[in-house]
Amino acid sequence: MGERKFISGNDAFAEGIRLAKPNVISAYPITPQTIVVERLSEMVEDRSLKSEFIHVESEHSAMSAAIGAASVGARTFTATSSQGLLYMAECLPYAAGGRFPIVMMNANRSTALPWNIYGDQRDSLSQLDSGWIQMYVEDAQESLDMALMSYYIAEHTDVMVPVMVNLDGFVLTHTYEAVDIPTQSQADEFLPTYVTDNKMDLDNPVNMGFSVGPADNEEFHLLHHKAMLRVKDVVKEADERFKQIFGRSHGTMTQGYRIEDAEYILITLGSITGIAREVVDELRDRGVKVGVLKIRFVRPFPHEEIAALVKGAKAIGTLEKDISFGYEGTVYTNVNSALIRNGVLVPSYNFIGGLGGRDISYEDIKECFGTLIKGNEEKEVWIGLGVVDDVR
Amino acid sequence: MIKPELTDYKRPEKLSEYPQATCYKAGHLVTKNSGWRSKRPVVNTDKCVGCFRCYMYCPDGVIFKKDGKVDIDYDFCKGCGICVKTCPITAIQMEDE
Amino acid sequence: MMSDKINARNITDNEFFYGHKACAGCGGSLAVRMALKTLGERTFIALPAGCMSAVGFNFPQLCFANNAIISTFAGTGSILTGMAAGAKALGLKDYHVLGMAGDGGTADIGIQALSGAIDRNDRVIYICYDNEAYMNTGIQKSGLTPFGARTTTTPAGKNEHGNLKNKKNMFEIVAAHDIPYAATASIAYIEDFIAKVKRASEVDGPSYIHVIAPCPTGWGIPVDETINAAKKMVDCGLWYLAEYYAGEFHLNRDPKEFTDVSEYLRCQTRFAHLTDEDIEHIVEGRDAKWAKIRREWI
Repeated sequence: MGERKFISGNDAFAEGIRLAKPNVISAYPITPQTIVVERLSEMVEDRSLKSEFIHVESEHSAMSAAIGAASVGARTFTATSSQGLLYMAECLPYAAGGRFPIVMMNANRSTALPWNIYGDQRDSLSQLDSGWIQMYVEDAQESLDMALMSYYIAEHTDVMVPVMVNLDGFVLTHTYEAVDIPTQSQADEFLPTYVTDNKMDLDNPVNMGFSVGPADNEEFHLLHHKAMLRVKDVVKEADERFKQIFGRSHGTMTQGYRIEDAEYILITLGSITGIAREVVDELRDRGVKVGVLKIRFVRPFPHEEIAALVKGAKAIGTLEKDISFGYEGTVYTNVNSALIRNGVLVPSYNFIGGLGGRDISYEDIKECFGTLIKGNEEKEVWIGLGVVDDVR
Repeated sequence: MIKPELTDYKRPEKLSEYPQATCYKAGHLVTKNSGWRSKRPVVNTDKCVGCFRCYMYCPDGVIFKKDGKVDIDYDFCKGCGICVKTCPITAIQMEDE
Repeated sequence: MMSDKINARNITDNEFFYGHKACAGCGGSLAVRMALKTLGERTFIALPAGCMSAVGFNFPQLCFANNAIISTFAGTGSILTGMAAGAKALGLKDYHVLGMAGDGGTADIGIQALSGAIDRNDRVIYICYDNEAYMNTGIQKSGLTPFGARTTTTPAGKNEHGNLKNKKNMFEIVAAHDIPYAATASIAYIEDFIAKVKRASEVDGPSYIHVIAPCPTGWGIPVDETINAAKKMVDCGLWYLAEYYAGEFHLNRDPKEFTDVSEYLRCQTRFAHLTDEDIEHIVEGRDAKWAKIRREWI
């Protein structure tokens, strides 16, 4: 058996990456991602991880170097956050369209302006269309486990798409929890060696990363899209295999909590889910039928699963640390689209909060459920505002 | 000899026939460049002394060595005329297509 | 530094860059062709956005016989690092990692990643094929466009005679990193270029070659004048052939006298508007540079 350690989300992710044994790590430091790359560089130094560690001079180069390493068939890791993610944004569709199964940890952090180093999800949600799989994890254990599982998903021959694993900045990256660290032999049993034809090979030379004109371009994108749509089956397969080897399961594309008969469901992303569960327990004790549905993957978006799980509810609310200025929270847009697409008509609310690291409290979440229960004229509700909103 | 070659390429009829990624055989040619020319370089093999200046300076690599002299792959020659200009003894001349 | 000299007789018959759609008379494609003939089939080449990637990689017309990839525009240096690190980690043996970027891809958008790659001491060869403007997008000014050149973003009018800035000195910028090997070259002196590529490949660390490769379209010269224009640029002293290694600059060619600068400039339509005073300014710049080179590099 492995060992149990009291470590942060960043540390846990680094432990997961150590177990995944990437050939190449390229990273540029940015708060609050730094600890994961510091730990990895220490592991490379003390030889507990046999990887080439590249010190790049920017996030654009972090991803370009990762693409370069992947292009010769190497398993590759990088990590970033916020402005760094935006700085490498050009490289994201490049890596995804090239079908390089790179794994990247993103420490969710607000984006400037105003400058802010604390957590919200506007950085990664702004990149939903980059062609990457986007996963959001809740706690340190899931961080470690998904570091490992993300390679299984990304490198699966049915997928071959890079994965961005999102950890809420500070709230998850810097919070210490007890984490089970599996053994290397368990990890090796779970994660096969990376073998691919999608690489430059000295014995079988290829031209790659090429241009494709209008006559053939759409087909390449359709193939990429179909690979994304196959992710849900691979996630199921990965989770079953994971459970066999490690004795833990993290659910499918979503993870519900007391939603089977729930009349009011709060949809969450990431670390806030834990508090939401506690609120659900309290309200359930008082006889109110509430539940939480955690979305684990925002791309591909599990629209059928979400629609099926909430179709019996009287009202649902999407709680997110995001605003697409001039419209609404992006997760909310996606949830509503899932409802319409699957013919589910449930009153749907958007709770926007936690921006720039603003705390989302237990009471805030209780209020969200209160709004769902009593109904509200405005579908968009900003929570946790410290002042009276008197601006037109 | 290693060189990209013209292939009998058939456009995919089914999606599954496309490469899954932007990764495909190296040196896979499906079109020629001969249509770009209005004039073609012609080597006077009686004059050519095999110095290979033209071979060294051809941007398209279409001049090749043959029996100690040079010949030209007209499938890919664009007719730029650099070979004519770099030949020290005017053994190559441009002729109308 | 010793290398077996590659020449017209013993160079490989293999052609690695073939059937591409570069304009007739393209200097850049000659630089790519000869670099690959020098390094051989076990070469991984990365090319960023620019003419050579645009003309060589249009699925299903793929014009490299060796392993080749288009890099991000700004990321030539860093994709090379990644390729080298990946190849090393996977235990590959006997290969070269080569990047070939244009002047804009090198001196402007790619300079940060190039600097990083040199700093990381990666065993990669970086060749800048310099045609002195963003030719692929239609002849816009780059950091390596010379003084006076008319481009589509430095028009020649009554008030401004083309580009007002001097060409960035990439060779010395790279040398300032104390790189193990750097060189300047010209496609007109093709054996010299080949020898430098060979030397670069023997360096255990990063190397950089800056090769002038005229663009007939952008320079306004006939398509068969590419080599002659490149030769005139060196012979009139507006380009020099040099190397940097072991912490020192080495001048390879010190002409007793220069050919006429105005003849070099006047043969190109991009300089057609220059006044005698403009040309005098260019000649003064040349003389000052050579005085410094002869003082410090010889």
